[in-house]
Amino acid sequence: MNSVERLVYMANQIATNLATDGTPVAAVADHIQQFWDPRMKQLIFAHGTEGLSPVAAAAIRKLAKSQNAA
Amino acid sequence: MTYQPQKDFGTPESRSEEAVTLTIDGRTVTVPAGSSVVRAAAEQGTSIPKLCATDNVKSFGSCRLCLVEIDGRRGTPASCTTPVEPGMVVRTQTPHLAKLRKGVMELYISDHPLDCLTCAANGDCELQDQAGAVGLRDVRYDVQATHLGQDKDHSNPYFDFDPSKCIACSRCIRACDEVQGTFALTMEGRGWDSKISAGLASDNFLGSECVSCGACVQACPTATLVEKKVVEVGTPERSVVTTCAYCGVGCTFRAEMRGEQLVRMVPYKDGKANRGHSCVKGRFAWGYAQHQERILNPMIRKSISDPWREVEWDEAFAYTASELKRISEKYGSHALGGITSSRCTNEETFLVQKLVRAGFGNNNVDTCARVCHSPTGYGLKTTFGTSAGTQDFDSVEDSDVILIIGANPTDAHPVFASRMKRRLRGQDRRPGAKLIVIDPRRTDIVRSPHIEAQHHLPLRPGTNVAVLTAMAHVIVTEGLADEKFINERCDWDEYSHWAEFVSQARNSPENLQPVTLVDPEELRAAARLYATGGNGAIYYGLGVTEHSQGSSTVMAIANLAMATGNIGRRGVGVNPLRGQNNVQGACDMGSFPHELSGYRHVSDDDARRLFEDDWGVSLDPEPGLRIPNMLDAAVDGVFKALYCQGEDILQSDPNTAHVSAGLAAMECVIVHDLFLNETANYAHIFLPGSTFLEKNGTFTNAERRIQPVRKVMTPMNGLEDWEVTQALAQAMGLDWNYSHPSEIMDEIARLTPTFAGVSFDRLDEAGSLQWPVNAEAPNGSPIMHVDGFVRGKGKFVVTDYVPTDEKTGPRFPLLLTTGRILSHYNVGAQTRRTENVVWHPEDLLEIHPIDAEDRGIKSGDWVNLASRAGETTLRATVTDRVAPGIVYTTFHHAVTQANVVTTDYSDWATNCPEYKVTAVQISASNGPTDWQEEYEALSTRARRISTDIPAG
Ligand code: SF4
Ligand code: SF4
Ligand code: SF4
Ligand code: FES
Repeated sequence: MNSVERLVYMANQIATNLATDGTPVAAVADHIQQFWDPRMKQLIFAHGTEGLSPVAAAAIRKLAKSQNAA
Repeated sequence: MTYQPQKDFGTPESRSEEAVTLTIDGRTVTVPAGSSVVRAAAEQGTSIPKLCATDNVKSFGSCRLCLVEIDGRRGTPASCTTPVEPGMVVRTQTPHLAKLRKGVMELYISDHPLDCLTCAANGDCELQDQAGAVGLRDVRYDVQATHLGQDKDHSNPYFDFDPSKCIACSRCIRACDEVQGTFALTMEGRGWDSKISAGLASDNFLGSECVSCGACVQACPTATLVEKKVVEVGTPERSVVTTCAYCGVGCTFRAEMRGEQLVRMVPYKDGKANRGHSCVKGRFAWGYAQHQERILNPMIRKSISDPWREVEWDEAFAYTASELKRISEKYGSHALGGITSSRCTNEETFLVQKLVRAGFGNNNVDTCARVCHSPTGYGLKTTFGTSAGTQDFDSVEDSDVILIIGANPTDAHPVFASRMKRRLRGQDRRPGAKLIVIDPRRTDIVRSPHIEAQHHLPLRPGTNVAVLTAMAHVIVTEGLADEKFINERCDWDEYSHWAEFVSQARNSPENLQPVTLVDPEELRAAARLYATGGNGAIYYGLGVTEHSQGSSTVMAIANLAMATGNIGRRGVGVNPLRGQNNVQGACDMGSFPHELSGYRHVSDDDARRLFEDDWGVSLDPEPGLRIPNMLDAAVDGVFKALYCQGEDILQSDPNTAHVSAGLAAMECVIVHDLFLNETANYAHIFLPGSTFLEKNGTFTNAERRIQPVRKVMTPMNGLEDWEVTQALAQAMGLDWNYSHPSEIMDEIARLTPTFAGVSFDRLDEAGSLQWPVNAEAPNGSPIMHVDGFVRGKGKFVVTDYVPTDEKTGPRFPLLLTTGRILSHYNVGAQTRRTENVVWHPEDLLEIHPIDAEDRGIKSGDWVNLASRAGETTLRATVTDRVAPGIVYTTFHHAVTQANVVTTDYSDWATNCPEYKVTAVQISASNGPTDWQEEYEALSTRARRISTDIPAG
């Protein structure tokens, strides 16, 4: 796995484990916001949502949007 | 101060609240009911002669030396077996007693070699002392030869057994039974002929069940059982109280010294974690501190293919600082990072993370807890609000049901295991606690002398969450949940959501059996026992955390404890058994890339401002890189420099090939350690470290107990580790001026609310303190969440079982799980440099007889162990401790490199690697793999130190 593939894998893994949360998309976005360093976030934003599960993809979109807004 | 052994009160302390007043030799004394007369006398300062009684084991009453006279009683009762009574009038010194005692001593001495002047225990022998105390001047009997002239047993590497000096007091047997719980010793023969033996008469100590804890040596009043070191260097002359640097139990010791030479480590009876006991590592395995392979001078090299060049400290600091500056300018400040050590002190760890945050200018700091208990931090913080265990060790004395999951305490946390076993055996007519063990392997505690687990659930590795959810299913659907507790203490809506989830039919033990392989009836019985058996306490270890669902498992454990009301008082709780001595402390000190000390997120503006004001710098509000992320970034070419203190990531982290690729891609790897460890093969700068014997500071154990570490000798390398970090910071232009670690602790206390009341003075006064120590709890907090959870309401989190992606298949049909054994510690860098290697000279692969037979493998054969990540070879041992389909090994030896085969799958929340599950294949082999041979060659090359004398 190269770095981007690993980030995709990690995002999906987080999404699977937070699937039972009340608001899974927000939970995944929050988790990534809290634990990934800026470069990891930039790498996955640049990569886009290919290979991401629907919840992970929505979370990444949400996070990218809030970062751009900031 | 001249040497004094710790005072011996003769019999154990009574915990009774009731007080009894009596008169001894005309003076009144008040002691707790249940105390013996000998103890009451000792508390009053009167020492009654005694030989067979000592205060860490129950009295036995065999030597008849402690006789006293009691008004109104006939004869001369033994004071060690006579309990105090109100109004009792005792006389300890009368002519009659003196005569009787002299007679007793005379008999002992007649069967004892009279070589006191040349005996190793001369000056530290109770027989000698008591002979003096009773005024024995001559012996009327012929020398009896019952014990004289027997062969010595030198087999144990740390202590000798000389049966000719034995007085058959049985203190050693009682220590082994009651304190250690191994039951290795027996008394053969009767009366005057009795002899101590380790197991069968033919066994020597090394070949017996003995685990070399040393409790018998400490208990022995004579030189029969004596440390080899005492024989070699003589008796100590002073002592310093300090803390063990091996495991998270955090035993307190008296380091007994002769000048600057350590003679022996004796467990300290007032140590609150160990209560006077220890294991083989802490008591005996400190020889590494003076090992010839220790590196004492800083060394540098341009490239890892060059030999090392020794330099002066000043040059090392200047060069390191210039390299870090160069890299920061060229690649940006985010190309730098650091790893703090769970073996170093809180103060040293705090400085390393401060150097990264304030000096390197980012949050790229992580610690080895990443690979062990990071899921504990995440899971317990989410559910309870604090990243730590809830109990003190004493709490286990009040447990009725003990549930151990994914932990092997007898090997990894031996002293706590002994305390737990004492409770499991029951004592003083109180029945023992019941035991549930959830572990793929039949660990020692499942069946050991006088202990048998009520339930052992041998689950398939990787299915912890499924097993715990099934237990929750039973508890909720059978109406065993403690709804009153939940209503008062937890968020009811979250509970209802969780209860509804676990109640689903798909979560029943029957439905999950194909996944977990656990017998549903056994699981149901275990769940009922935990929920209804009284005080239920959960202890867990790395078998919980080192999984792709490590954090979920921790939360599932917390859910179970809350659902059954097992939180907030003695005897219950959720207790991570921490691996390394200061892993709790390293986490507390802000070693994680997203957290400042005291577990405050770096994005928390208020917390950050506190540090910014104190340090006079601005801090990055974004989380930094975790160790695996650092390695990925290094391979991508953007992470270039690493300061690694006291950790060996190449050996301890998973997927060795990936770690070495990451390290090889860096331009400046700084290793700060005692030895040229495996990571140092890839290092450009080596800064020699100091041992725990050579520095001042504090460690925090698994019960949140902050304990002093005290310097007993000058650092051989010249500097304590905190001084090295400080000098490096100064070379980088930071204005740091600590003159003593106590000043670092003052800064920690100033910046960390849970440490607000901690200082070296307070620690000296109290001995130790359990955080939080603050205005509400000035004396610390033995039990947490007493009146409410730290986060407010306890949070139930739904944990759905997600199978790991590491799956068995035709190519890799077996599951490998890894662990540790008693005599070694972690990657073995220290223990491999001690005599402990006699117990574990190499890592072995445990394989079930059926799997072994399929492959034509016998015990002792070399086998090849292969996974998708890599392969290695080691020897096999065929055993039914592991279930069919499962194999097991340890990772203490560099040549085995078990992590060559572990993969880089990791916990979803924390990236804690999944060490405990790897799909593998085993086949017969006839020698090391290519990797092992190449690595061996590389190590030899990388460890060369230049012997050239520079010209001029
Ligand atoms: S060293 Fe420990 S285990 Fe061995 S015989 Fe002595 S008390 Fe028992
Ligand atoms: S070996 Fe020591 S402790 Fe054991 S019976 Fe003999 S004298 Fe007592
Ligand atoms: S290694 Fe652990 S159990 Fe053994 S003496 Fe040290 S702290 Fe105690
Ligand atoms: S010390 Fe009391 S009988 Fe031995």
